[in-house]
Amino acid sequence: MKITVAGESKEVRDGITIAELIEAEQVETPEYVTVSVNEEFADRESFETRQLNEGDTVEFLYFMGGGRA
Amino acid sequence: MRITIRQQDYDKMLAHALKERPNEACGLIAGVDREDGVREIRFVYLLTNTDASNEHFTLDPREQLEAVKDMRANGWKPLGNWHSHPESPSRPSEEDKRLAYDSKASYLILSLMEEGNPVLHSFHVENGISEAEELEIAREEE
Repeated sequence: MKITVAGESKEVRDGITIAELIEAEQVETPEYVTVSVNEEFADRESFETRQLNEGDTVEFLYFMGGGRA
Repeated sequence: MRITIRQQDYDKMLAHALKERPNEACGLIAGVDREDGVREIRFVYLLTNTDASNEHFTLDPREQLEAVKDMRANGWKPLGNWHSHPESPSRPSEEDKRLAYDSKASYLILSLMEEGNPVLHSFHVENGISEAEELEIAREEE
């Protein structure tokens, strides 16, 4: 099936989960990445089980923050 | 790494940082990595510091998503982020380094510590080690 990842159309296997996509895309430090699917943020707890659908749009966003400490 | 920011984008960043004092201000930078090796900032995004703190910042993820879509629409790539240090120097704190997860990003820090003398530096951070980048504020050509 085709999905859009970070603005690029990609062919992935049917039923791929968010966690599998993170691995396939070789996302660096995935523990600090927020994932949106069709502009809705996915719960981290759902990454292993949530399957993507044909036509979904996925974005990976790094947590960005800091502090004085 | 040499990185350039236009004067107007620097001015915009500074105005926002001054307005947000005493809290830290933050945002994203977008542009292009040119073939000559220069990283050229074409746009500065002003985002909400969801921590609303003078000691911490966190970019609003919803605004981050909107900014990334805007970058793509304009043909720019995400180059990193910026934040202000209202009361400390322009260098990454230990927490800044610990939370710098993207080794390809440039991290700009604008210090407002000295009244009337803002200082902006850019850093590469990898494995908890920061290294200053050569930052140039470029005046607009007539």
